[in-house]
Amino acid sequence: METSGTVVITLEGLESLIGLLKRRGYRVIGPTVRDQAIIYDEIAALAELPRGWTDEQQGGLYRLVPRDDDAVFGYAVGPHSWKKFLHPPTELLWTAERTEKGLRVTPAPLPDERFAFIGVRGCDLHAIAIQDRVLTHGGKIDPHYRARREALFIVAVNCAVAGATCFCVSMQTGPKATGAYDLALTELGREEDHRFVVEAGSEAGRVVLAELPHRAATEKDIAEAEAVVSATAANMGRSMRSDDLHELLLRNLNHPRWDEVAARCLTCGNCTMVCPTCFCTTVEDATDLAGHRISRSQRWDSCFTMDFSFIHGGSVRASPRSRYRQWMTHKLATWQDQFGTMGCVGCGRCITWCPVGIDITEEVAAIRDSEQH
Amino acid sequence: MPSKNAKPRLAVWKFASCDGCQLSLLDCEDELLAVAQAVEIAYFPEAVRSALSGRYDLSLVEGSITTPEDAERIREVRRRSRYLVTIGACATAGGIQALRNFADVAEYAAVVYARPDYIRTLATSTPIADHVPVDFELRGCPINKRQLVEVISAFLAGRRPAVPPHAVCIECKRNGNVCVMVAHGTPCLGPVTHTGCAALCPSYNRGCYGCYGPKETPNAPSLSRWLAALGMDARALQRLYRTFNANAAPFREESERHGA
Ligand code: SF4
Ligand code: SF4
Ligand code: SF4
Repeated sequence: METSGTVVITLEGLESLIGLLKRRGYRVIGPTVRDQAIIYDEIAALAELPRGWTDEQQGGLYRLVPRDDDAVFGYAVGPHSWKKFLHPPTELLWTAERTEKGLRVTPAPLPDERFAFIGVRGCDLHAIAIQDRVLTHGGKIDPHYRARREALFIVAVNCAVAGATCFCVSMQTGPKATGAYDLALTELGREEDHRFVVEAGSEAGRVVLAELPHRAATEKDIAEAEAVVSATAANMGRSMRSDDLHELLLRNLNHPRWDEVAARCLTCGNCTMVCPTCFCTTVEDATDLAGHRISRSQRWDSCFTMDFSFIHGGSVRASPRSRYRQWMTHKLATWQDQFGTMGCVGCGRCITWCPVGIDITEEVAAIRDSEQH
Repeated sequence: MPSKNAKPRLAVWKFASCDGCQLSLLDCEDELLAVAQAVEIAYFPEAVRSALSGRYDLSLVEGSITTPEDAERIREVRRRSRYLVTIGACATAGGIQALRNFADVAEYAAVVYARPDYIRTLATSTPIADHVPVDFELRGCPINKRQLVEVISAFLAGRRPAVPPHAVCIECKRNGNVCVMVAHGTPCLGPVTHTGCAALCPSYNRGCYGCYGPKETPNAPSLSRWLAALGMDARALQRLYRTFNANAAPFREESERHGA
């Protein structure tokens, strides 16, 4: 059956989608409840999705709470981001062995995992695009990332709920999923006539969709789907004017606000770990006691550590003030010079998962407001 | 590092401590064989007070300085060691026994011992680095055996050990844990604590107790403000920082700001 245009599938259709992707050799990754949060992990069936759950979020606070309906995607983003799979926390780069003929270096094989992500939000689609730009274009290409990225199948979701720390509207990344997805779902009628409006965004998406039980979408379905997205857009938890950030921040590098935030900042690195665009890594070598084997691996690093800016003579960014400022000005200003895009997609994770609730939107607003006086 | 062909000589010294860190070395079942092949090991338990002899390429020192004799002995150990690495919270911060630094030792001794007049002890328990120069401090109560093997390998290979001084949080997040503080409201010292344990406690849904002591540039006052807002009282805050690393300056100062 040939499929073009927008269609509607049911819950059973969603179940078939998971099964179909698995049969096609994908490792299907989706949201699921663990340790009182909605995280991303491998899923085998619809039942593993967080049906009937939502989250409450604030600066430094996240709570998993039950919904009063059966929504499958009725929550915002959680502590994990998809970079956990595409750009994992540790990655072996090469191993070497001392042999009679000298050192034999063996590069780590390229990954052959094919991921299918289910439930990628607008902000996270943009975050993946930003990491694509950083890790697969220009200077340094990460072949491991590229291999996983090329094999990836993305099922996006248009957000029906905005978290209290979300500000994708300000960053123009959501709540409607735009960009490189294979399929995009909008969940409708969570209590009665529970269904999903589905759009295909690629040839691979159209092929998969054609194999699922579906019907053509009516005008009513489409209007309802649009209403979901506009309602979410009207309910953003946070906002941040973003058109003047480059100039605003760079002309305020000595603003007293940096000292105030530094008094609160723990320099623990949590914001960079949860951020879906942060890509920095360090390499670590391991030798065995006999000195016969060496391995080098790459691990997520953070601009909040002292080692990050360590050069001969010490750390360049020794003060917490300089580290917080580096992080924020990179995200919002100098990233544009470096990569031609923003480094922030407005997902709000850094606000929620900061152990002391530091809020990037509030920090920008404080600096901006001080200029009005 | 050693003279040609000879195996490097490694010495393990014990001062005031519980032996837990030395057990970490013995616990390296698989690696121990390799250690024994790579180095010649000499153990010097606390009890051995006989005249010291020999020189060592690498000395691992466990325990803190609590007696005048030990303050003398550590100088001799330093003189005999090319590299001196301290292992564990006792050796690097004074250990749990440094709680005496906040109290009156004579009073403690009177309560604990039948004949307190037999006890000759210093008023404080202090880290080795307060007495002699130290080449590397390996933190933890107890130390992590993987890190211990890393430190020995690094010194044997003449490279810097890969033992980062950043927060537990970074390893916690790399493990994919859900933050117990943000998602469960469980107090956690991870944001001010030196990593090393691979975020053991948060991986089991517990808050971090701070076994590895303060991380680089810790901001304990900010964390305390947040914990107080979550409902922790001053006494509890004081106790939070007064455990195995009570005498490490950032924890000591923070504990002194709270409680009676
Ligand atoms: S900086 Fe914060 S809000 Fe922006 S993308 Fe990163 S985690 Fe999300
Ligand atoms: S659980 Fe503790 S160690 Fe882990 S991220 Fe949260 S505050 Fe940091
Ligand atoms: S208390 Fe903290 S430092 Fe100690 S093992 Fe647990 S997480 Fe690690």
